Amino acid sequence: MSSTVISLSAASRRRLSRARASNRIFTVLLWSAGVLALLPLGFIVTYVVAKGVGILGVHFFTKTPAIIGQPGGGISEAFIGSALIVGMATLFSIPLGLLAAVYLAEYGNGRFASLVRFISEVLLSTPSIVAGVLIWTLVVARLHAFSAFAGALAITVLMWPIIARASEDVIRLVPADLREAATALGTPKWKVILRVVLPAAASGLTNTVLLAVARGLGETAPVLLTSLGSEFVNFSPSKPTDTLSLRIYHYALSPVKSWHDIAWGAALSLLAIVLVLSIGARYLVARSRKTGR
Amino acid sequence: MISLGGKTEARAPLEGSRRARLGDVVTKRVVAIAAAGVLALLLLIIIVLATGGAKALHRFGFGFFTSTKWIPTEEIFGAAPYIFGTLVTSAIALVLAVPVAVGLSLFVTEVCPKPLRTPIAVLSDMLAAIPSVVYGLWGIFVMVPWMGNTLEPFLGRTIGKIPGLGALFHGNPNGGYNIFTAGVILAVMILPIISSISREVLSAVPRELRDGAYALGATRYEVVRGVTLPFARAGVVGASVLGLGRALGETIAVSMVIGGFNGRIGFSLFHPGDSIPSLIASNFNEATGPGLQRSTLVALALILVVISLGFAALARTLVRRTNRQMRASFARAAA
Repeated sequence: MSSTVISLSAASRRRLSRARASNRIFTVLLWSAGVLALLPLGFIVTYVVAKGVGILGVHFFTKTPAIIGQPGGGISEAFIGSALIVGMATLFSIPLGLLAAVYLAEYGNGRFASLVRFISEVLLSTPSIVAGVLIWTLVVARLHAFSAFAGALAITVLMWPIIARASEDVIRLVPADLREAATALGTPKWKVILRVVLPAAASGLTNTVLLAVARGLGETAPVLLTSLGSEFVNFSPSKPTDTLSLRIYHYALSPVKSWHDIAWGAALSLLAIVLVLSIGARYLVARSRKTGR
Repeated sequence: MISLGGKTEARAPLEGSRRARLGDVVTKRVVAIAAAGVLALLLLIIIVLATGGAKALHRFGFGFFTSTKWIPTEEIFGAAPYIFGTLVTSAIALVLAVPVAVGLSLFVTEVCPKPLRTPIAVLSDMLAAIPSVVYGLWGIFVMVPWMGNTLEPFLGRTIGKIPGLGALFHGNPNGGYNIFTAGVILAVMILPIISSISREVLSAVPRELRDGAYALGATRYEVVRGVTLPFARAGVVGASVLGLGRALGETIAVSMVIGGFNGRIGFSLFHPGDSIPSLIASNFNEATGPGLQRSTLVALALILVVISLGFAALARTLVRRTNRQMRASFARAAA
């Protein structure tokens, strides 16, 4: 009898030490997964900063591309073009996305709403090149011209579902008491939405828009097929237009060394803008949570 | 109160309510139309691409998917190498990214010291925010040379010697511009997507269940293997499928490092190739004229969008079902 007790305890001691060993290995694996996952971020950011920072100067921001073989030149047309195209895309996708989000959050309990919710989530995975092919067929092929307007439409195809889906969650976070209080005062529903719900959700909505803008600024494939790129400063929606992403793409694939340097500078600028927008968005949310409501 | 009284009670409520009702009806209509617009967008994508690609699909029929010939001057186009390139790059990305991504999310939810949690979540979101073209630039000037000169020759000397499996890592890496490099970059790109969604699913596993297992003396490894992962499995699978959908459709970074299809499909991952998106990106603007090439590219875009949105739909369904199940069992546990 006593021997069974001893053998049992030996077995369980073995089990225990095996469990401890596997647990230790597991913990080490998780730590290395954490480190491994964040390594690329460190590599990419370090490289982009190290290679890009040297080229940033006044000319970089104020001049247009130099002729092949000539040193210097800048990418002012790309900054302006990115602002023009993504600006227009933001103007198109804010009302489209926000109205759809209001529907989903305020009226969205039926079948139709859950279908819309599902589809807008699925559309988040639209391959960006497809947005380009779509707008090329609908706009560029018909007007026989690449244009900033077409580029903006292609970016809208990608930004609209982002704003619609993310804004719904933000609007739903507005406390029910606010709505009920306003309704109890006899305010009609449309006025509750416009005067109470949307203002209460304002900072969160700004956040979703900033994230969508960041995404739009980084897109290359859709504008490649619709806005094409250009070496000149352009303010007209009806002309081919450059963007930061297109400039990086074309220069990276070129064999010219001085263009590679400019591509790194453009990448640094783009990365800085995109990260500031995403982190700025986060800060806005954090602040609105802290101030309550 | 009283001074407001008389007038409002006599006329305003009626008039006001009529106007309010009209306002409500109009508002509901307008927002419902915007919501319907999302559905219309999906239909528009499908219809436009189907119309544009009809000519090519009609001409080539099913052979389009199996033919490897791409001869623009003779109007012969086959999609097989590009479908192959898309599937293989995405598969490499999944194989490399899923273990690390799930590891990262378990790291954040299980072992990471509390003060580190938010910074790590922020960093992994930053990784997701890096534009595709920046990955491509970094790919060309950093990854491609390193892969071509260091890692891939090394893999060729080691794994390449193993019979069977070695065939995957055999041959000349084409200076690093090849399918394997594209897959590795894709892995980095989809990692934050997979990890953020599986983090969400994993942290939704009811505390009571895990605490119960710990109380029985289970180690962290046993809790994760026996409770957390089985509970969140469908959600983690969903997150991976979502990452797969992203990988299939990723365009610019892939097109910058994959090298371009050179007419040979082989077992080796070191061959240069093309994926559907990279093919469209690099050929669309050159495919001028009334010929079939443009229609072929549009048809490929249709195939691409159907596959990647199909995977996205599957993924969302899986994630949603897991979350719902967890809520249900949590309610049962609490009752």
